[in-house]
Amino acid sequence: MAQRFAQKLLRFYIPLILFLLFLLFPFYWMLVTTFKSDVELYNLSLNPFYIYTWSLANVKHLLFDTPFLRWLFNTFLVSVVSAFISLATSLLAAYGIQRIRFRGSGFMGIAIFFCYLVPPTILFIPLATMVFKLKIWDSLVSLSIIYPTFLIPFCTWLLMGYFKSIPKELEECAMMDGASRLWVFFKVIIPLSLPGIVSAGIFAFTLSWNEYLYALTFISSSLKKTISVGLVTELVRGDVYHWGPLMAGALLGSVPIALIYSFFVEYYVAGMTGALKE
Amino acid sequence: MHNGATVFKDQSDPQGRTSGRLSMALQQRGVVGVLFTAPVGIILLLLLAYPFVLGIWLSFTDTIIGRTGHFIGLENYFYLLFDDVFRLTTFNTLLYTVAAVFFKLVLGFALAMVLNRDFKAKGLVRAIVLLPWIVPTALSTIVFWWIFDSQFSCISWVLIKMGILSHEIDFLGNPNNARASVIAVNVWRGIPFFTIGLMAGLQTINQSLYEAADIDGASPWVKFRKITVPLIMPLLAVITTFSIIWTFADFHLIWIMTRGGPANATHIYGTLSYQRAIPGGHLGEGAAISIFIFPILLICVLITAKYLRREE
Repeated sequence: MAQRFAQKLLRFYIPLILFLLFLLFPFYWMLVTTFKSDVELYNLSLNPFYIYTWSLANVKHLLFDTPFLRWLFNTFLVSVVSAFISLATSLLAAYGIQRIRFRGSGFMGIAIFFCYLVPPTILFIPLATMVFKLKIWDSLVSLSIIYPTFLIPFCTWLLMGYFKSIPKELEECAMMDGASRLWVFFKVIIPLSLPGIVSAGIFAFTLSWNEYLYALTFISSSLKKTISVGLVTELVRGDVYHWGPLMAGALLGSVPIALIYSFFVEYYVAGMTGALKE
Repeated sequence: MHNGATVFKDQSDPQGRTSGRLSMALQQRGVVGVLFTAPVGIILLLLLAYPFVLGIWLSFTDTIIGRTGHFIGLENYFYLLFDDVFRLTTFNTLLYTVAAVFFKLVLGFALAMVLNRDFKAKGLVRAIVLLPWIVPTALSTIVFWWIFDSQFSCISWVLIKMGILSHEIDFLGNPNNARASVIAVNVWRGIPFFTIGLMAGLQTINQSLYEAADIDGASPWVKFRKITVPLIMPLLAVITTFSIIWTFADFHLIWIMTRGGPANATHIYGTLSYQRAIPGGHLGEGAAISIFIFPILLICVLITAKYLRREE
């Protein structure tokens, strides 16, 4: 008995605890730093893992002395708009490719998958010249229409997997009764694939929220920045790092994503593994 | 009256025929299919395929910000091949990718094996494991930036208190330390992707295979090598391919922590092309650097395609 427990300790509990410590420590550190005062933060004789006196000074500084709330709003707006565009168009495309099976649908499926593999690092320079010519430089419009380029391939691929699982007979019955494609799409397919739509929506929202390179390249005025770009460019001035407010910003910028995630974790895992297996 | 009716009929007939043709067309799979896929097709053509080609064109020009460039052939590429910073960047990019993907694979697989059993709070642990992956990378990178601070790093603090070190580690100021640091952060962020992906694959392995191996007296290592690894291989290949592409084309993690420094020791293709193109203004040269990502991308795509086809 004791030997079995020792074995389980060695093979399960100890590795698990070590992994969790490694994966969670940065979050703990972010939290601790956020609620410390500067005096305590830069005093090396104190234990840095412990908060001696709690302080909201960093959060206050972030919320009232920087445009953080504006960045939060910008990020939210861009994420909602681009997720909506991506979801609406991907739904149509995924249905077209997976269910209508026209000539060239197989090719389109593969082409869209390959689009998913093209990283923003290859596209940001030509896109920057296009954004400049279209006169949407330094505006959230540019982000809202460019983010769908990396969201659509993923959403389409994910939704194709869901549509595959809906029995074809349901559609065929409805169409025999004289229903049109669009009616079938809105009244049969969409209600049946709601879990897939929710996963795709969450993914699209999270991925836009996390985007950095395009936001850094296309936006230059302080009030139009998104959270990640704003924090790094505005809270670091030369050699002066405002670590307290920076950590508060990292914390508050992660909370919305963590909240959404905690509500939909099953959808998230299903979407991630589903997309891999398809 | 009669005449009027004929005229009416004559006018209505072509209309009737066209609307008939329209509704007939809408019955056809080809036409409906194209209509459903058109929005995505247009967006991806205009904002993904076109910029992709434009990027290749830019790399053959001397375009700088504010001035249209001229075609200069392969000049950007020749310049880069003899540029020491670019050569160092190539080395860094390969090192970063190989080291980070290797550790992500090994640690992610290990964690998936640890979690591949029934225990209380499995759902909760799985949710926690995914956290580094879902939190915005830019924000978690800022936290690591602070963890690796040259004066107030908590890692240095612990090591000094334990008496192992006498002075702070210069994490991001020393070339090799900086390389190790950015790789560590990438590994931290990427482990969940491997773990969660592989856990899904491990669950689909038929348990009777392990039971049969137990009867034959196989050791855990033999079971792992002869059953788990071969059966998980296709999935592992797809996950690894994705990870290679993302790591090779990484940008923000390094840009936030080191901006490619110290002394260009952590510059990878993404950061160097950004630095030369946007703050530096040399769009053509920047585009040429980012094009170097393409061969790796192509190889990865071919590998993925091979496995995808095999599964079909």
